[in-house]
Amino acid sequence: MKGDRRARVLMFGWEFPPYSSGGLGTACHGLVKGLSNNGTKVIFVAPKTPKSDNSNTKLISAMSNITLKEVESMVTPYMNENEFLKELTTMPAEKISLYGKNLFQAVYLFSRRAKIIAEKEKGNYDVIHCHDWLTYQAGIYAKEVSGKPLVVHMHATEFDRTGGNGINQYVYDLEKEGLMKADKVITVSNYTKNMVVKHYGIDPKKITVVHNAVEFEQNDFPDAKINDGLKTVLFLGRVTLQKGPDYFIYAARRISDMYPNVKFIISGTGDMLPFIIQKAADLGIADKVLFTGFLKGADVDRAYQMADVYVMPSVSEPFGITPLEALKNNVPVVISKQSGVSEVLRNAFKVDFWDIDEMTNKVVSILRYDELKDELTAHGSTEVRRFSWDEPARKCMDVYENLIR
Amino acid sequence: MVSICFYFQVHQPFRLRKYSVFDIGKNHSYFDNKKNIEVMLKIGRKCYLPMNRLLLEQINRYKDAERDFKVSFSITGTALEQFEQYFPDVLDTFKELAKTKKVEFLSETYYHSLSYLYSKDEFRQQIEMHRDKIKKLFGQTPSIFRNTELIYNNDMAKVIEDMGYKGILAEGWDKCLEWRSPNFVYKPAGCEKIRLLLKNYRLSDDIAFRFSNRGWNEWPLTAEKYMQWVNSVNGNGTNINLFMDYETFGEHQWGDTGIFDFMKRLPEEVLRNPDNNFKLPSELVKDHEPVGEINVPFTLSWADVERDLSAWLGNRMQQSAIKQLYMLEKEIKMIGDKELLEEWRKMQTSDHFYYMCVKYFSDGDVHKYFNPYDTPYDGFITFMNALNDLVLRVKQRNGSLYLDAPAGNKSSSQVFRS
Repeated sequence: MKGDRRARVLMFGWEFPPYSSGGLGTACHGLVKGLSNNGTKVIFVAPKTPKSDNSNTKLISAMSNITLKEVESMVTPYMNENEFLKELTTMPAEKISLYGKNLFQAVYLFSRRAKIIAEKEKGNYDVIHCHDWLTYQAGIYAKEVSGKPLVVHMHATEFDRTGGNGINQYVYDLEKEGLMKADKVITVSNYTKNMVVKHYGIDPKKITVVHNAVEFEQNDFPDAKINDGLKTVLFLGRVTLQKGPDYFIYAARRISDMYPNVKFIISGTGDMLPFIIQKAADLGIADKVLFTGFLKGADVDRAYQMADVYVMPSVSEPFGITPLEALKNNVPVVISKQSGVSEVLRNAFKVDFWDIDEMTNKVVSILRYDELKDELTAHGSTEVRRFSWDEPARKCMDVYENLIR
Repeated sequence: MVSICFYFQVHQPFRLRKYSVFDIGKNHSYFDNKKNIEVMLKIGRKCYLPMNRLLLEQINRYKDAERDFKVSFSITGTALEQFEQYFPDVLDTFKELAKTKKVEFLSETYYHSLSYLYSKDEFRQQIEMHRDKIKKLFGQTPSIFRNTELIYNNDMAKVIEDMGYKGILAEGWDKCLEWRSPNFVYKPAGCEKIRLLLKNYRLSDDIAFRFSNRGWNEWPLTAEKYMQWVNSVNGNGTNINLFMDYETFGEHQWGDTGIFDFMKRLPEEVLRNPDNNFKLPSELVKDHEPVGEINVPFTLSWADVERDLSAWLGNRMQQSAIKQLYMLEKEIKMIGDKELLEEWRKMQTSDHFYYMCVKYFSDGDVHKYFNPYDTPYDGFITFMNALNDLVLRVKQRNGSLYLDAPAGNKSSSQVFRS
């Protein structure tokens, strides 16, 4: 590390688990903790939604180098316009001027408030770092008021989120503006780097790949397994086009033909849930598929520990932390080749998301052959210990240093 | 006088095709002919043909000299069959080599199997099959034995001695040699007549592994430099055993590394010193009395830094797969169907178990050339699915119930369940 002190960071991030849904909050938490452990000072700006409590404050106060600045807002990760409007109907009328009439106004309002913080804290940071499109405008404002270099971190692109089913032009434009105005772009995989180059025309030299990691604390549930000799196959994630729940349910049918003594668990919620429930019935496996809804905190670990196999059939997965979480819980994984994590994880089965036969072949083999399951689990859980957040934190710190040198 | 003894191992397995759970009970073709042809043609052109021609040329050059050039081979039955089926030109050049009378062929298990560890009957049968094949193709009856991957121990040497062999090959591993040198002829502990020839792994690996390594401080290796190392053994040993995979030439070490030129120069450099010559394994055991006894109570191999069996039998997948395969022996032999027996035997080839090896896999190491699988786990699935189909066929033919799992092996009880 050059210079007499480390780069200080103004970071626009997201609420940490358990209130976040999905990988973005998890990644922010891991990264901030990694930065703190490595002595990097961070001013962490996150939207405080009407439903949050003080859990962020609690988590942050446990980290020595991090200061939390909360901004009242209604934006949450992965939110789309419909979800925003639905959420808005639950808010008191007098709050609407604070949150915005629609998602894009909400993003604008959040960004204006973030700008005020950026200006006030001007002397206290050297680099700006923001996570995904909802925070890019805030990052751009901060760069304008401070003249400090901007790093934008791509955890997912609009193309991933929509599963190739028509992007939202406004979101795309905001993503592109952030990518263009950034001094450096971080992507969570080579897979995402290629998307950023291909769909947004960004110079590959401007992009650094920093793969995600996993946190090692977990809750143990010794009695999690369903007994009676039943085996369990788990899907855990948002039930949306991007995550491939439809491929999971088609594979479930084939798997139960080959291995009848099996149950399937679908953990998570999303706009495709009604379709998936209907499909399970149509395929004649309604009795074999259990839906848990959205899980948080310790229940996530419990779901993993119930499972004999974890399947991540994502159509387009920029990284995918869940397979690492599954392995951490000693569950072997079958993952989509269309994922960032498949670039770095070796002790896993990798299949094309559309290849239901191959998915079935691998899952049935794990269910049938205990020695296969044992070896995959033993080597996978050993391998996963290498994915500590220290590593991505240090890579980000290198990016900062190169920008301010 | 120090004698150089070359032994080249020639082997190709019958690789399995991608065989999924859906194939079990429906599709009985297990082997990937396309892939096997492809590999055979590739290695045939890059290695077997050019190297055979090179050796033939060098042998002919010195054939009437007092000190001549000679080498030995061990060629597996599965490689010979694939030469016959896919690349007869290669077999012809081996036959030409045999005709020079300067080439010795060694014995081994026909299927390059680990049968010694699981069934002595099967082990002996495969050695006999291989001996017959060598006699038929090359007109020689081998008198020297080498086991798959130089897997060796005292008891095995005894079994081989009882079969009438005069010599046996093993790794010259320091742990067994202690202070002694591999460059002499020895006697295996517990044996009387048979002799033990040990691989000089340093000088062998200089050619087989290090030759093209630019990070090696001896790179580039010339025949002249190599001969200085060989000559330094003079007065300090009777023979230097250079044992290596034949695929070293042109495949593990590509042609453009200069490996062929090196081998072309080597006979001349060896014979330049009047104290050097070439000998075949059968000549070494005839010409030299053993200088001592080597005790190998554990099982040794020539693989990896461990020199043990862990590359084939180190994890539960490997152990379970091979155990279940050999459980079929009695029933398959009782049925007496040639085709079933042959398929069962082709599945014994050690490569199938090597592909399931997980050690080093996490580090990104590629454990084997032409490994058809992305992961060791895929290797296991394919093998087990094919094996389960074979089990079904055996069961149908015999109408009996195979599979009472031995105690302690919970997994084998799962074949057929679900």
